[in-house]
Amino acid sequence: MNRFLKIIPWLLIALLGAFALSAIALNRGENISALWFITAALCVYALAYRFYAAWLAASVLVVDESRATPAERLDNGRDFVPTHKWVVFGHHFAAIAGPGPLVGPTLAAQFGYLPGTLWIILGAVIGGCVQDMVILFLSTRRNARSLGQMARDELGPLGGSAALIGTFTIMIILIAVLGLVVVNAMKHSPWATFTVSATIPIAMIVGVYMRYLRPGQVLEASLIGVVLLLLSVAGGRFIDADETLRIVFDREGLTLAWWVMAYGFAAAILPVWLLLAPRDYLSTYMKAGTITLLAVAIIMLQPSIKMPAITPFIDGTGPIFGGKLFPFVFITIACGAISGFHALIASGTTPKLLSNERDIRMIGYGGMLLESFVAIMAMIAATVLEPGVFFAINSGAGVVGADAASAVAKITSWGYPVTVEQMQLLAKQMGEETLFARTGGAPSLAVGMASIFGNAFGESLLALWYHFAIMFEAIFILTTLDAGTRVGRFMLQDMLGNIWPKMGQTSWTPSVILTSALVVSGWGYFLYIGVIDPNGGVNILWPLFGIANQMLAAIALCVATGILIKSGKQKYAWVTALPLTWLIIITSTAAYQKISSTDISIGFFAAANDLSDKLSAGSLSLEKAKIAPQLIFNLQFDAWLTMFFISLLWLIVFDMLRVVIRTLNGQPVLPLTESPHSPSRLVEDWIRD
Amino acid sequence: MLDSFKKAWRLLRRLSGDDAYERYLAYYAAKQVSTDAHAPHPLLTKAEFFKQWQDEKWTGIKRCC
Repeated sequence: MNRFLKIIPWLLIALLGAFALSAIALNRGENISALWFITAALCVYALAYRFYAAWLAASVLVVDESRATPAERLDNGRDFVPTHKWVVFGHHFAAIAGPGPLVGPTLAAQFGYLPGTLWIILGAVIGGCVQDMVILFLSTRRNARSLGQMARDELGPLGGSAALIGTFTIMIILIAVLGLVVVNAMKHSPWATFTVSATIPIAMIVGVYMRYLRPGQVLEASLIGVVLLLLSVAGGRFIDADETLRIVFDREGLTLAWWVMAYGFAAAILPVWLLLAPRDYLSTYMKAGTITLLAVAIIMLQPSIKMPAITPFIDGTGPIFGGKLFPFVFITIACGAISGFHALIASGTTPKLLSNERDIRMIGYGGMLLESFVAIMAMIAATVLEPGVFFAINSGAGVVGADAASAVAKITSWGYPVTVEQMQLLAKQMGEETLFARTGGAPSLAVGMASIFGNAFGESLLALWYHFAIMFEAIFILTTLDAGTRVGRFMLQDMLGNIWPKMGQTSWTPSVILTSALVVSGWGYFLYIGVIDPNGGVNILWPLFGIANQMLAAIALCVATGILIKSGKQKYAWVTALPLTWLIIITSTAAYQKISSTDISIGFFAAANDLSDKLSAGSLSLEKAKIAPQLIFNLQFDAWLTMFFISLLWLIVFDMLRVVIRTLNGQPVLPLTESPHSPSRLVEDWIRD
Repeated sequence: MLDSFKKAWRLLRRLSGDDAYERYLAYYAAKQVSTDAHAPHPLLTKAEFFKQWQDEKWTGIKRCC
């Protein structure tokens, strides 16, 4: 009887979830409330966490509460520190959730709200959360070793190198695409450019305050920083209104791209305390605050979704990026559903803080559920816009035409009516010159957030909300950009150190400058091409990033599957093998199409050939003819890069299969590197919490 | 009510690292007792400790997409 009573609430949650899911799936033609999205997501998360994650912890991983974690065994009071689970959760979530879950869903909204929403919810509970949780567990059992080290120890040197190279290349592509998102948000917007630029000196003030004026007073310094940031958002309006000052900040995309590169280089060589660390504090507070605010606003306001469930663009003719629903919705939304990058945080970083294995479920599985929820909110913010407006903001000039009249005519002809007046009014409300062709996802997300916030907290402040949202996105994009450049620098120094040991000294100035310059020119190249590309660049770079990120997830799941089978858990290996198989299918299909498709909006070679035909036929405008050779080279380069990613993926899949087959045949494989059991001595209500 | 505010404040300080030095002092005191006289490191001042703490916190991959 007792058991029965306990199961009733879960049955109700299941019913409610099923009802909400069918409401959003079966709705056709009518506006639907965003509350259904929230309800569906929360019910599925609750069920998955209560049953699937609990089963994973108890039966598959067999977490052992009595076993001392590396944080306890290797406690040194600095990096290895047993920490209260909520604090670890906070650190872990702040580390995994960046701009990815905001941008991906916004772009994927071109297929309608349904495909993206379903993938975010189901991909997370079956794929992303499982990956994060299993990797966290495996690393915890291996003295907090990194993914690359685990791949080398458990699969072999091939796996280790693949993970290292994969991480480095994904970082380059990621930074480039994020840089492009910021540039597109600042292009010819003095207000946004001022606010985003102001975040740099503000971070430095906070940095100096924390380090020298009042050492260690982190919260005090952060509070000053947050106040200054809000002032800079408001102050942008005066810059925008001032005829002389606005010229300083009213810049072409290309100029801004050079600025971003100069910034990235400076951030990689400046000491962390001056820029990186204080900026990270500010972006973390902004992120936590804004996302909470967005959730409250959505629940209060219950905005209705204007985008249809499915658009005709599932056939691959979409203006934001080319390619059919399958596989491209799964590539476009990586973060929020499954993100390989998380495996780098879940191994190495988070396990050093974990005080008990039982927290693995909450931190690994739960942390990813929260990121998935952020992605759902981004999807809501993108789809509350009128579809016509959404497409007008997100379609590149190369697709819909450079002038407003032809753009609205084209978008209206797709069945999503929008007028020039409507766009002008919206731009004016948001305090911008124009909102046409502001690709990259950040501006449309900011418009969506501003309209939600505006409705909930006052219409008169729309322009402020818009620029607040832009600042919020830009600040943690720039955090990822400088943290990423720095990590890239360290990885490169490490690799070069194998050839010339002096290069491996992370503080040797020539090495620092050389490797920083190399990393910045790596992503700077893609950023440059993205900015000069008349189609917006995001349409090329984002799928490339998606493929790279899913490839990294596949590497992580290969390591996990290999270890599960080596540990004699064959019958449970499907928990990672299933998402792995799916990832292999979607990345291989996407890569195959990106390489061999004859459709110029999808295939890299097709687009390159088309462009060079047009160039030799002389049918390009003078302006386009000038950049065409660079675009052609880049398209071919991207095709080779895709081929490289996919070869790397298959290499590690075969390496994993080799280990699995040898294990099943009883042949010798590398031994498991799990550290031996030692009993935990930490008691329940432990004093240092 | 007051208690939950206090709890939230402690969590915030803990999350942000505002109380890192206090925790270090506690850790140092505890280690001092357990390892007797031969403590390997002299006690750091708040400024010195913060420098080390911040630099260590920022080596390796700390942020994702």
